[in-house]
Amino acid sequence: MKNLRTFNNPYRDDKVFEGCAIFALLNQAGKNVSGEPVFRAIANMRNRGNGLGGGFAVYGIYPEYAEHYALHVMYDDPAAREEVECYLKDRFDIAEEEEVPTRKTPAVSHPPQVFRYFLKPRAGWMDDVTEDERMIRAVMDINTGIKDAFVFSSGKNMGVFKGVGHPETMAEYFRLDEYRGYLWTAHSRFPTNSRAWWGGAHPFSILDWTVIHNGEVSSYGINRRYLEMFGYACTLETDTEVLAYIVDLLARRQRLPMSLVTKIMAPPLWEEIERMKEPERSELIKLRQVYGSLLVNGPFAVVIAHHGEMIGLNDRIRLRPMTAGIGGENLYISSEEASIRLVCPELDEFWSPQGGDPIVGKVKLETPALHVPVRPLVSDEDRAGLKVGGLI
Amino acid sequence: MKSYLPAEFIIERNEDRCIRCLACVRQCGFETHVYDAEEDSLLSKEELCVGCLRCVTICPTRALTVRTNPSEPRPNANWTREHLRDVARQAESGGVILTGSGNDKPIRSYWDHLYLNASQVTNPSIDPLREPMELRTYLGKKPDTFNPGDAKTRESECSNVRIETPLLFSAMSFGAISLQAMQSLAQAASEYGTLFNTGEGGLPSELVDYGKSAIVQCASGRFGVNWEYLNNSAIVEIKIGQGAKPGIGGHLPGEKVLAKVAETRMIPMGTDALSPAPQHDIYSIEDLSMLIYALKEATNYRKPISVKIAAVHNAAAIATGMVRAGADMIVIDGIRGGTGAAPKLIRDHVGIPIELALAAVDSRLREEGIRNWASLVAAGGFRSAADVIKAIALGADAVYLGTAALVAMGCTICQKCYTGICNWGICTNRPELAKRLNPDVAARRLENLLRAWSLEIKEILGGMGVNAIESLRGNRLQLRGVGLEEWELRVLGVKGAGE
Repeated sequence: MKNLRTFNNPYRDDKVFEGCAIFALLNQAGKNVSGEPVFRAIANMRNRGNGLGGGFAVYGIYPEYAEHYALHVMYDDPAAREEVECYLKDRFDIAEEEEVPTRKTPAVSHPPQVFRYFLKPRAGWMDDVTEDERMIRAVMDINTGIKDAFVFSSGKNMGVFKGVGHPETMAEYFRLDEYRGYLWTAHSRFPTNSRAWWGGAHPFSILDWTVIHNGEVSSYGINRRYLEMFGYACTLETDTEVLAYIVDLLARRQRLPMSLVTKIMAPPLWEEIERMKEPERSELIKLRQVYGSLLVNGPFAVVIAHHGEMIGLNDRIRLRPMTAGIGGENLYISSEEASIRLVCPELDEFWSPQGGDPIVGKVKLETPALHVPVRPLVSDEDRAGLKVGGLI
Repeated sequence: MKSYLPAEFIIERNEDRCIRCLACVRQCGFETHVYDAEEDSLLSKEELCVGCLRCVTICPTRALTVRTNPSEPRPNANWTREHLRDVARQAESGGVILTGSGNDKPIRSYWDHLYLNASQVTNPSIDPLREPMELRTYLGKKPDTFNPGDAKTRESECSNVRIETPLLFSAMSFGAISLQAMQSLAQAASEYGTLFNTGEGGLPSELVDYGKSAIVQCASGRFGVNWEYLNNSAIVEIKIGQGAKPGIGGHLPGEKVLAKVAETRMIPMGTDALSPAPQHDIYSIEDLSMLIYALKEATNYRKPISVKIAAVHNAAAIATGMVRAGADMIVIDGIRGGTGAAPKLIRDHVGIPIELALAAVDSRLREEGIRNWASLVAAGGFRSAADVIKAIALGADAVYLGTAALVAMGCTICQKCYTGICNWGICTNRPELAKRLNPDVAARRLENLLRAWSLEIKEILGGMGVNAIESLRGNRLQLRGVGLEEWELRVLGVKGAGE
């Protein structure tokens, strides 16, 4: 089995240490928009990164294949591609496959190949579990079983584009100016280690969940051990991966609403809980009792996104910057206010939330322009998926 | 038979300082000091001295010094002074050597080989004097999931007991310790928002008001166990074993079963109180499950049920079974755990260190995916807040403090608890000795200890950059080992320093 740790955490530190800039844009009407403001905004925070990692997640980019999983796979070696495609052809019906278009960019040296596949699990392969669970299995198989291949993203009608370089370089390289999406998240990375690997850049993604993260999870040791009890193998040894799995466990498998997920990751202090009214008080006490090991401690600012929703969250004593603004139909989340003002000087609303207070952006479902599949929080697939448990 | 045993201690009295107040004579329950009125001289029968330092502490002119007897036999690395002494004692008595307190052998203390982490640059440390720092802990079963909107998960709520600091007082029974000592523990625990443990001797009627702060034990002798006792509690604990004496029971001689002890233990005055080695209704894991559920029935599923075992070789597998049998809390008591009376051979040689047992149990429960089903409490020789913090990082929810609590009340660990004489009034039922312990004063000393250690835990948490104890619990990345073998690091689940 391939050991991803040797790629992403070559020195075998407790976890990957890094600082960062984050920026996110959600068109609340669900209209696909150009990423141009996102590129400018993240480039404006260039001094928060060091050019060793940049990336984007974009939702709504593949409306023509909205019902297919869009698998973005990175290959360090062309031989790996044959192996992956062989694996996929045995288990999936592939509607379309191609190399992700790129353009020659001077700042990018020795890029890996990135391919995308639009596919559906084939009947007869692991029929007893949901399509989502089958997709997760495929991602884990490729990531841990096939040398020199790594899945960037695996959701429907969305994709992750990332690599070693400043984010604006990555945008140029992957020709992101040619895409339109209703939800964009962007990340600029400042890893402490100099060795960099394209797969180690943010966003991290599983199905259509993506996470971009600025911070260090000081509770990583216990968060990880708790997740391991539920079958999550933290193969990348980064705290960001842990955040993605926390959301997957709580929101997808245990069906908790995002309002509770954020309260688990960044709960109010006990003294605040004691001042609350019932039944909220008892509920929060219970949540902290049950999910104390998923409290994400230490400084962080994170944007978690999936179809139709984007959540910004700070640690509970707000040790990393995060601001939000609404201008017209767009909701912005950024590490720095200046980046939002740069792309939208006249904001209708602007605020910096308290630690632990989530910024929740949702696509308004009644909007006719919306042409992306928005998953309800509790789908039948999720319900069925619960029974499978521990697959990943 | 003439005893060949030399005195363990010698007593030096500074005649210039001594004012003949005779406090030393009155204070020594072992009758070490004797006053000769005719000669106006004070003598010390040094062979009776246990080295408890009561006289040294009480003497108003600091005239007394007690030292280990410097007379040494010929040095011998194999036949140590202790071995010689023990053989001589047994040659004279023909009996099992008894002792009190915890193991005093230089067993490797893994706490001293584990070092803690702190934040530098990539995350900020937090100043606990200026920022909230949360130690609150809940003991009891935690379900895998909780959704307040879902009626089903609401039903599966399990009762949890809140403690404001992860420090609990260990089981010390009435009979083994004085009523005054138990009252001090009860008062301090209730004031500070934590729990004390009745041990297996029941809850004296004077202390029923402290039931909310009590972990009540149900041990092999079932002393003092009735409906009121079980329901007037925070947690009910089934005691299978004790770190100081794994595999054996207890024996409180009839002469110590005075009226109060008899009433509390629900046995006739003057009868021996025998705790069998096993619980005779538990010969296997399914029997344990039946007792757990019998106690749950008796308490209407309102109290977490704890099961305490000594740290033995297969503790991990046994603990897993206990959790599957329905225990809401499991207690592992390591080889350094204390006792009121135990055969010295067993105290010093049976069991394994708590650090290794705790790490193995926590790891095994996680591998089985059931760590959240029960709280995990470690016991056995915690000497400082540093030991406590390291135990929590290894995976403990809380720790039991026994010896440290006794020391806070005045105990000097003379190891003579089994004699029934305690000059400090702690481990005795003689009224003239027990009354020396003022519960209000002793409770204040205990509360101070809880406060001091809690503050130190907060300092360490802040340095690590976390502000809640749950972020340290089981977070073994905050530990590094030094001077440990590969297998020891593996069992502890920690990396070596620099790795």
